[in-house]
Amino acid sequence: MKPDSPLVPLLFGVLVLAGWEILVRALHVPPYLLPGPIAVVAAFFAAPGLLLGSLLSTLLVTASALLVSSIAGVVLAIATVASPWARAAIQPWAVVLQVTPMVAIAPLIIIWVGDPFSAMVLCATIVAFFPVFANTASGLSATPASLLDLFRLNGASRWDTIRLLRLPAALPFFLTGLRISGGLSLVGAVVAEFVAGSGGVASGLAYRILESGYRLQIPKMFAALVLLLAAGLAINAVLGLLARTLLRRYGQQA
Amino acid sequence: MLTIDRVSRHFPNGVEALRAVSLAIGTGDFVALLGPSGCGKSTLLRLIAGLDQPDGGALRWADGQPELGYVFQDATLLPWADAAENVWLPLRLRGLSRAEAAPKVAAALAQVGLAGFAAARPHELSGGMRMRVSVARALVSRPRLLLMDEPFAALDEFTRHGLQDDLLALWQQLGCTIVFVTHSLYEAAFLARRVVLMSPRPGRIAREIVSNVTPGPRARLSPDFAALVADITNALRAQIVA
Repeated sequence: MKPDSPLVPLLFGVLVLAGWEILVRALHVPPYLLPGPIAVVAAFFAAPGLLLGSLLSTLLVTASALLVSSIAGVVLAIATVASPWARAAIQPWAVVLQVTPMVAIAPLIIIWVGDPFSAMVLCATIVAFFPVFANTASGLSATPASLLDLFRLNGASRWDTIRLLRLPAALPFFLTGLRISGGLSLVGAVVAEFVAGSGGVASGLAYRILESGYRLQIPKMFAALVLLLAAGLAINAVLGLLARTLLRRYGQQA
Repeated sequence: MLTIDRVSRHFPNGVEALRAVSLAIGTGDFVALLGPSGCGKSTLLRLIAGLDQPDGGALRWADGQPELGYVFQDATLLPWADAAENVWLPLRLRGLSRAEAAPKVAAALAQVGLAGFAAARPHELSGGMRMRVSVARALVSRPRLLLMDEPFAALDEFTRHGLQDDLLALWQQLGCTIVFVTHSLYEAAFLARRVVLMSPRPGRIAREIVSNVTPGPRARLSPDFAALVADITNALRAQIVA
């Protein structure tokens, strides 16, 4: 086995889990302080429907937020390259949105937006918006100067220049931003659920974590946490695959 | 075709790129703008193309600005589009559909010897072939004036000779006017009918030397070519001394 084999992290993980289980048993750590991995798995299978339903609920908020933030990000990024007025007007507010701590404004959003699902999506969208916007905007303005000259020489309209040159040239930038925003959508969804508590959709994974905490059902809390991690990894993998597929088709190699 | 009358260009950073440059370009000419980096030869080409405006002087076209073709230093192809789509681009921007443009695109690719490579993407082509696609893209709109900005500078000697031979043949066959920017003395001597020698700081025209080399692939070995190279070399030396 070589160091770059995928078995290495896997075996290491199994080793750590085994060590964890052994220590928890040997030291008689109570499960409400730290459950062993076996207890966590057992907690999952005690209520698989509930936890998987919660996973679905969180993923729904995450995916909606990612969709909304990438559409808004791309549209606003196009606006900033199409018009210097739009750029001057939008850019500083995008930064304001980025530096606003979500935890601080989530309660307001939840009060203002009546529908809990929409409120969650809005919170997660605000968290996820900036990377896809900023990356797309820099991609749109990173077009080689000589290609822009070529379009000018041929009398291209502003829209043709965006459609046929700037947008395809920005694709790799957009995909990088999308991947960051994918992870942030999940973070945003979790934060929103935490802040909303029972005032939110009250069905997501973060809500289960909160609820299990109150009830001292720590193994169940860990099970929800594991599902959350798995969801994060899956989102990252899916977006990575999407990026590779698109870049292969619209090959960017010069 | 074009009279350039005491044109000057200062850049905002204080560089005087061109000072009182005057040059007449006739229909069917093949003019090489030859000079070291920073002599304003590319700036002059951009002024002719209308990509930049002069601060002083004027460019006067005999019959309005003709249809232009422009070839850049790099091939500057769209990396996500195949050769045919890249050549289609100038026509596409003028509103021609792919089907309407197809015969012209095929003809332009054939002119540069790439008939079988319509579906090849830029990264699948060699540097010389990419530059051929770039030339085809410039030719597809049937330009009367072809502006070329050091197009072969990045190619190896063997590829460059091939492209130079083909460019000469295309010029003779199409009868268009070519203004060709280069910093290679041999390239200017081989290709151009008129070699315009430029000098830097500020960019200006130092001398013009008219070629009497018979154009063609065999010109490289002719005594006329050797004499022209010697003339240009002497002119360059006089400039360095002065």
